[in-house]
Amino acid sequence: MTGFLRALGKHRDLLVMLTWRDIRIKYKQSVMGFLWALLMPTLIVSAGLVVKLGLSRVSGRPVVMAQLATVTLKALPWAFFVGAIRFATTSLTSNVSLVTKVAFPRAVFPLAATLSALFDFGVASIVVVIALVVARVGVSVQLLWVPLLLVLLIAQTAGCALLLAAANLFFRDVKYIVEVIMTFAIFFTPVFYEASMFGRWGTLLMLNPVAPILEGLNDAVVLHRAPNPGWTLYAAAFALFFIVVGPKVFAHLEPQFAESI
Amino acid sequence: MADEVMVEAKGLWKKFRKGEIYNSLRDLVPALVKRRLAGELETREFWALKDVSFQVRRGEAFGIIGANGAGKSTLLKHLSGILYPTRGTLSVKGRLSALIEVGAGFHPDLTGRENVYLYGTILGMSREEVRRKFDAIVAFSGLEEFIDTPVKRYSSGMFARLGFSVSAHVEPDVLIIDEVLSVGDFLFQRKSLERMKEVLASGATVLFVSHNLRAITDLCQRSILIDRGQVVLEGPTADVVRRYMDRSAAGPTDNGDKEAYISSVSIRDDAGTTLQFDSGQKVTVEVEITANAAAQKLAVVIECCDDEMYDVFNTSTQRLGATPFALQPGEKERVTFELTLHLVPGTYHLGAYLYRYDIQKNFDTRTRAATFYVVSPVDVRGAAHLEPRVLGQETLRP
Repeated sequence: MTGFLRALGKHRDLLVMLTWRDIRIKYKQSVMGFLWALLMPTLIVSAGLVVKLGLSRVSGRPVVMAQLATVTLKALPWAFFVGAIRFATTSLTSNVSLVTKVAFPRAVFPLAATLSALFDFGVASIVVVIALVVARVGVSVQLLWVPLLLVLLIAQTAGCALLLAAANLFFRDVKYIVEVIMTFAIFFTPVFYEASMFGRWGTLLMLNPVAPILEGLNDAVVLHRAPNPGWTLYAAAFALFFIVVGPKVFAHLEPQFAESI
Repeated sequence: MADEVMVEAKGLWKKFRKGEIYNSLRDLVPALVKRRLAGELETREFWALKDVSFQVRRGEAFGIIGANGAGKSTLLKHLSGILYPTRGTLSVKGRLSALIEVGAGFHPDLTGRENVYLYGTILGMSREEVRRKFDAIVAFSGLEEFIDTPVKRYSSGMFARLGFSVSAHVEPDVLIIDEVLSVGDFLFQRKSLERMKEVLASGATVLFVSHNLRAITDLCQRSILIDRGQVVLEGPTADVVRRYMDRSAAGPTDNGDKEAYISSVSIRDDAGTTLQFDSGQKVTVEVEITANAAAQKLAVVIECCDDEMYDVFNTSTQRLGATPFALQPGEKERVTFELTLHLVPGTYHLGAYLYRYDIQKNFDTRTRAATFYVVSPVDVRGAAHLEPRVLGQETLRP
């Protein structure tokens, strides 16, 4: 782990440049440039609102403004997670010429993918702030939970990114499996709904390690209460697991990358 | 310290697997089941490097010579840290830079300026270092006007120039050059030779792989000869080159595992002579190719070297505008060239390569496949016979 970090530290400029490349290309290829970064989260949030409206019509309860805040708050970290994982999974296989010709820590590829998704998330946060202001959510001391929850999310994402990028190098169909899971995972993750809506079955939904983070964000920001300590610990355990195992497995497999790709 | 060891390989072994490699889960799962049912399947393994050891000291230029597939590029990839040995140790001191393929990290949508920064950091420079050298890099490439144009609009020559310019500004302690991978790019070969001389002059160490034996002899004091993954000979470059030429002149070795190979190379004139020709005479060169497996888009390269292995002439069917050919297993193709020998008197060696241009793959190499002599009634020296005559000779008085 220390060796892994030392090697990355030595190549931090490369990590910065690759992240910058990924961001630059994403926005260069779309005509609208940075507007695109705002459009995507707005669309995701709109989709969430449609779902909310549908649910309220069925249940007969009207939509309240706080729900706009909830949907925005949960959809955008989720979009970060999905975007980072998708992009990172193919990050090694889409850089074949670099992997087989130049030597540097290969972890920069999935990590740059994660960081560029994080950048998108940063831009999207503007949408979150607007939604929170419009919904008059207000501020409380519970907001201090937010950085911790985001760190847990980033740790989970980065660890998974490393594992999946390495897996996809050896087995090229991993990316299809990831695509399918990421497409349908939104149904099994409390993004457009709350786990509590399912009563006893809510526990099952919370087993998804991203779920407690999303619910925790909603608790801290919209409901002004502390996140459930048990579930937060559960998510933290996963974050720790991924951030330790991810680099370890990646470093173990790295010597075989160039000849197996 | 002049005799400090910069690169050291101790007993390097590298095992590769041939044949079926399962690179998808979809194939792996049935294969595991099958293996369980049918017992352990044999995986064909072979040693690409066998007990390779050598040392290179500071300021030395070290050549690596060997036929195609002997393990030269595998060895270089170990040195540059891309492949890892199965057994043995390897140590490289200081900053290493590999001139293997220029522009590998370029992104077509980014501008020249952006790519300089990106590629510079890929090659191990810090952003600060690239910033400092930026003007020099652009000036060296001569692309000041186009530096803010996306590189997808560049010609391939401009692309290579910018890539080369960036890699030439890394200040390495150890420089690795693999020319084998840049076959056919004359500009690159010449520039990399110049660059190598500069790097050597600055006191760095150079490892050089090339088919250009002349260049190796000129630049490297010491070399190793690699054959089938083993170091056959280590010593002064001239000795190593001589041994290599004796070996490759010995004729076809093992063609069984090649997809297609050059089965014969011959030269003759209309009268049927094969050994001695007059300067300026027309001759026919025949190259015969035999295929073991189906091969496509083949082209034949012929070259003519003098006795010091200086390449006096080369061309190819592709460069002459002939269409590439395809072969089925067992088929033969005969390619006939006509040459006019505008050569000065001397001994010459004819060589041939079987090459596929679009994927830059060399199927077979035959250097010194046929030897012939050129005679001329006129005493001319150099490389080409320009058919001189003395037209006049008069003294001009003021």
